[in-house]
Amino acid sequence: MTHTFAIYVDNKPGVLNRVASLFRRRAFNIESLTVGHTHEPGMSRMTVVVETDDYGARRLEANLYKLVPVRRVENLSTRPQISRDLALIKVAATGDTRTQVMQLVDVYRARVVDVSPDSLVIEATGTEDKIDSLLEVLRPYGVAEMVRTGLVAMARGTGAADKSAARTSRVAADVQDNLGNYSV
Amino acid sequence: MAITGAQALWEALVREGVTVVFGYPGGAILPAYDAMLGYPIHHVLVRHEQGATHMADGYARASGRVGVAIATSGPGATNMVTGIATAMLDSVPIVCITGQVGSKLIGSDAFQETDITGITLPITKHNYLVTRAEDVAPTIREAFAVAKSGRPGPVLVDITKDAQTGSCEVDWDACEPHLTEAMDDELPGDGTADEAIALINAAERPLILAGHGVMLSGAEREIVALAEKAHVPIAMTLLGIGGVPAHHPLNLGMMGMHGEAWVNTAIQEADLLIALGMRFDDRVTGNLRTYALNAKKIHVDIDRAELNKNVRVDVAIAKDLRGAIAEWLPKLVANPRQGWLSRINELKGDSAVRDIQNLPDNGHLYAAHVINDLWRLTDGNAVVVTDVGQHQMWEAQYYKHDTPRSLVTSGGLGTMGFALPAAIGAKMACPDKEVWVVVGDGGFQMTMCELATAVQEGLDLNICIVNNGFLGMVRQWQEFFYDKRYAATPITGPDFVKLAEAFGIWGRAVDRRADVENAVNTARRHRGVSLIDFRVEQEDSVYPMVPAGADLHKMIRRPSPIVETAAD
Repeated sequence: MTHTFAIYVDNKPGVLNRVASLFRRRAFNIESLTVGHTHEPGMSRMTVVVETDDYGARRLEANLYKLVPVRRVENLSTRPQISRDLALIKVAATGDTRTQVMQLVDVYRARVVDVSPDSLVIEATGTEDKIDSLLEVLRPYGVAEMVRTGLVAMARGTGAADKSAARTSRVAADVQDNLGNYSV
Repeated sequence: MAITGAQALWEALVREGVTVVFGYPGGAILPAYDAMLGYPIHHVLVRHEQGATHMADGYARASGRVGVAIATSGPGATNMVTGIATAMLDSVPIVCITGQVGSKLIGSDAFQETDITGITLPITKHNYLVTRAEDVAPTIREAFAVAKSGRPGPVLVDITKDAQTGSCEVDWDACEPHLTEAMDDELPGDGTADEAIALINAAERPLILAGHGVMLSGAEREIVALAEKAHVPIAMTLLGIGGVPAHHPLNLGMMGMHGEAWVNTAIQEADLLIALGMRFDDRVTGNLRTYALNAKKIHVDIDRAELNKNVRVDVAIAKDLRGAIAEWLPKLVANPRQGWLSRINELKGDSAVRDIQNLPDNGHLYAAHVINDLWRLTDGNAVVVTDVGQHQMWEAQYYKHDTPRSLVTSGGLGTMGFALPAAIGAKMACPDKEVWVVVGDGGFQMTMCELATAVQEGLDLNICIVNNGFLGMVRQWQEFFYDKRYAATPITGPDFVKLAEAFGIWGRAVDRRADVENAVNTARRHRGVSLIDFRVEQEDSVYPMVPAGADLHKMIRRPSPIVETAAD
């Protein structure tokens, strides 16, 4: 099944490489990956979608925690979540077809963000299914170009994933003597 | 007071308790070497940077402290790769420091520039590129904390030349490392102590599988207490050897591909496996589809990523081993389990008649005899550092280790050439212990340049070359699985006694069992490096053997003149 992970990481050079390299090294295939800033300075958030079973997802989560710049991992697939994909679609539209395309855009609650004599650029936001479906109905008109952000996702409700800052704890130099006695 | 980045490096190492480093100088690390002379650090000049990493590794394994290796940029750094991967696979805490070209030159293909943080990314726990002097000290401190914490492993710190020469003010109190804790968090699917206790108390044929984690966690006493209280026999992984005294009546010996036949059979007949600090490597499980089908399984490992990786278990506990076992002890019920223990004894009896030790002397020198004599003559008290191959398996079978950290061997990566440099590191860590290198004639020739290092350091080190003129383990596979077509496995070597002479060390060749005792005793009395070239039976094989991927109980057994018909 598909698992969606939210990964909080330090915003430092090379972190994306470390995360991507882990997926490759452990033979997991990334379906989609997005990365951007969070509301906390110095912290970035990745949304990674992976096709794997529950055991694989748990191992992946454990392996992610072993990366030093990774602060917090949430498997969003195990809880109610909101997920969105954003697409820009350039579709051929001239004369008569322009109106038809614009009606479809309305039905999907998408927006036209650029118009030229023979094409439109449509901005659509929604679940991946919705974008896929819009793409199918636009295809007959001639899709010239498309770009998608990949999935971004968040757990519903309060207080879910945002424990990142609190998760940082101090590790004394005599760490080995205190194994098993950690407190956060 | 302002100091240079190079001074901050040594000051940070001294504050971490480092007294010895293994390294090789070069252009991009010169500022650090220059500053080293002002600090109480003993530098061991290696002959190849791979040796430096194996020495740091052997130092760490023998002592439990962090080993430190240092090298220059480019080829100096890339030569470390094998040693770093070796430490990674066996969870050994080492810190490798490499010089790097100036930060302005990075990415320009400058002389001796290589992307060593990129190269070592998948084979380190973590690595750092330091480009500013003020980052040197906090990075070194964090590197040590990462190397030691949780499941230990190698960390590499790449320091540009300008970071070494630049000046900085260091506030030592402020550069305490900040690491994320993940292991104390319970996740869905985690097992509990009560579930584990219930399985142990209900089991009729339980078996403990003890790995390297026993020593890494310092759980040697707890695991024996567990075994004794609940009367559970213990099987060892290769790296677990020493974690439980070999002479403890409940210690059955090694499991896996070349494990004892009774151990592998017991695993297949058990109704509960208690896996403690081990990772169900393919070399110990054989075919996973037929592995321990009758057994429930408890798995405790500090690395959550190891749980349910190769073998699905009933109770998975991501915790430090010592604490986890201590939590079980009060609630375990004593149960003599007479039937199970006598079944295992019955299996042992069958194996004894096949043991090469019990075969009549036919005048040949067998490696197993050499190892067994070495064990007897050193009273089992030596730290033995092995290479990889047949001699490694014979060592594991015939040298009985009663103390933790007395066997140093490359398990996960199986790195030939490991033994001699790792033994130099082990001897530096434990100067008062008797250290023996047990190595094949193939592996010895990979890193024998480090003999010069041992001589320069004035070490008292003993080397036992198990010389069969073959890359023996590969030859054995060719004999069993490739119709004896010995492609590229016959190997010549120098006259090792003359080689010893050239290095200024004591050497002797032995080809009769009657001469083993005298040679070993002479080597032990000799101060300095001594080398014995044991010219053993050429085409002997390690038994029993579970062919790669075969069912664990389907072992190739040593042909026995007494039990002829049982040879399968």
